[in-house]
Amino acid sequence: MSAVLHPALLGALTTHGDPLYNHGVGWFVWVVVVIKVLVAFAVLLVSVMLMIWFERKLISDMQSRIGPNRAGPWGMLQTMADGIKLFFKEDLVPDQADRFVFKLAPYLSLVPALLIFTVVPVGGIVTLDGHAFELQVADPPIGILLVLAMSSIAVYGVMLAGWSSGSKYPLLGSVRASAQMISYEAALGISVVTVVLITGSLSTRAMVESQATNFWDWNLIRLGFVPFFLFFTAITAELTRPPFDLTEAESELVGGYHTEYSSIRFALFFLAEFMNVITMSAIVVTLFLGGPDGPVPHLPSFSIWFPIVWFLAKVMIFLFVYVWLRAALPRLRYDQLMTLGWKYLIPISLGWLMIVAGFVVAGWWGIGIAVGTVIAAGLLLRAFTIGRERVNADEAVLPPLGRRPQSPERPTAGGA
Amino acid sequence: MGLADDVKQELKFLGGFKLTFEHLTRPRVTRQYPDEKKPKQPRQHGRHVLNRYEDGMEKCIGCELCAGVCPADCIYVRGLDNPPDHPVSPGERYGYVYEINYLRCIHCDLCVEACPTEAITESKLFEFSFTNRADAIYTKRELVVDDEGRPQHLPWEDWRPGDDQHTSGWMRATAPGGQAAYEGEVQWSGELGYGVRRPEGGQSGRRDDQATGTLALREVLEAHLLDEDIPLAHRGMRGRIWRAQVSAERHRRKFEATRRRLAEARAVRRRNKSGGGA
Repeated sequence: MSAVLHPALLGALTTHGDPLYNHGVGWFVWVVVVIKVLVAFAVLLVSVMLMIWFERKLISDMQSRIGPNRAGPWGMLQTMADGIKLFFKEDLVPDQADRFVFKLAPYLSLVPALLIFTVVPVGGIVTLDGHAFELQVADPPIGILLVLAMSSIAVYGVMLAGWSSGSKYPLLGSVRASAQMISYEAALGISVVTVVLITGSLSTRAMVESQATNFWDWNLIRLGFVPFFLFFTAITAELTRPPFDLTEAESELVGGYHTEYSSIRFALFFLAEFMNVITMSAIVVTLFLGGPDGPVPHLPSFSIWFPIVWFLAKVMIFLFVYVWLRAALPRLRYDQLMTLGWKYLIPISLGWLMIVAGFVVAGWWGIGIAVGTVIAAGLLLRAFTIGRERVNADEAVLPPLGRRPQSPERPTAGGA
Repeated sequence: MGLADDVKQELKFLGGFKLTFEHLTRPRVTRQYPDEKKPKQPRQHGRHVLNRYEDGMEKCIGCELCAGVCPADCIYVRGLDNPPDHPVSPGERYGYVYEINYLRCIHCDLCVEACPTEAITESKLFEFSFTNRADAIYTKRELVVDDEGRPQHLPWEDWRPGDDQHTSGWMRATAPGGQAAYEGEVQWSGELGYGVRRPEGGQSGRRDDQATGTLALREVLEAHLLDEDIPLAHRGMRGRIWRAQVSAERHRRKFEATRRRLAEARAVRRRNKSGGGA
């Protein structure tokens, strides 16, 4: 039973990864793996339930309302009640729909949401019966690449859902969604690369370990805040959370890509959406806030739990922020969204990547690269400003596009 | 416009975060409606009642002015000569048939204005859930107040104790002919069970909140207003003291009422016990 795995795969796992596999794969390993998977699955589902409740409750607090308060204590079982209701609703497949793809799409968005969480380190290393293992479902050497890959696959779920519905609004929603997700994936990937550069590894566990012990070693501070904000903005867009929720803009597109879905398939989309919020918060915490890192008091029997509590506390902050964003910000217009993504986030993340790379490669000589990048950015900004002034100036040959204040002395085109 | 101003302009959206965060501490505006009701507006237009004089005679004289003025055409009245031996109203005629269809009524209160004897007024009751159309047509049997002068509680109406009080506020708030000099002047006759109702003050400040039941409402409204929308006297520390005084007074009254009720209950128990022993 010792050599079930292929030697190469085993080697890849043992060089840098979960110490669980250090002594071959016996029944104990199988049990631990199965338990980890089951626990992660159950915890995710329950936390999605609580997250929906938390969001509804918090946003109603922010709007001076009460929110759900009927099912269970403080309405905590409201989500379960909604889920049960959805489960028993009629499952409709539109006549025009591509039936196979229509049924496949919800799973394409749910499964990546589940898989992303597998690489998140939830706690430290635990020793049980002489076997040490990590508190994370899997620790592949390509950790963060899995996250990027899965978040890209989630785009297919959204896109295919809209396309296969055979209806206009879902199609518009999914076109917006795929454009938005692909645009923001660039900034997302580049800000992840800064983390990878400073860690020197793709493994999420290695990233967490490199940020351990001191909070000023957290990537949030080490990388100078900017990649954190870029990453956070990018994943907010990736999650299609407000203020980037154009894909399901209720006032414009009915429900967006899931307009034609009902019953349990609709519930799956909903589940995936909120699960993504949780997993992406966990990913931010892992990449930039040291994951489960935090002061652990010397209490032998509790030392396992403290990192988990730290991790959950940090994730909670982000969940709060997501709800807060939804309460505070109006939805962006589509062109504003694209402007933010392509004209701001991507250049800034590229520039910052240059700076970080300079410091990583050349130590303090990296200041040279930093100065160069800042000068280049300044030149670019100046170029943009001049360009904008020329477009808006009176002597502009072409009538300016977009919204701009009309000068009072200039008659409008219609009045002339 | 410089870059700093641009940035300042761009960062204005942060105000939304501040506002939403502040709202976490503000009182909730939601009411748990069927369990807990808002105080009703003093001049709310609810369903009608047909009033009676203090001696029990009906006020309605069957003149059909209300039916004539009704824009929704929901009132049906037929008058009849009073039987000489047992008159229903103290006049020549009385309302023999009186029906209001509440699927048509728009609660405009024109009938109340038209009525020469204040026979028809509107109560504050509006929470009905009838399950058939026949129930929606209130006949004279349902509209006339009972022997205590209170509206009749029909099975499909949702009432709480005290909901039927402070009714016909519209009539009592309006000066005849719109003459400001008549504000607060009693121009109406007494009602069975209540006597002559107190006038409701207009904007002159000569109002009796206690008697007309508008105090609780104004307090509730003020709790949800921003500072600048509240009268100066009720704002800030002065307002806090005022509210404290008002609530202390209310608690004192509640306490007194409870004590009185308990004392009564005790007396009743004692009487029963002594009665049972004897």
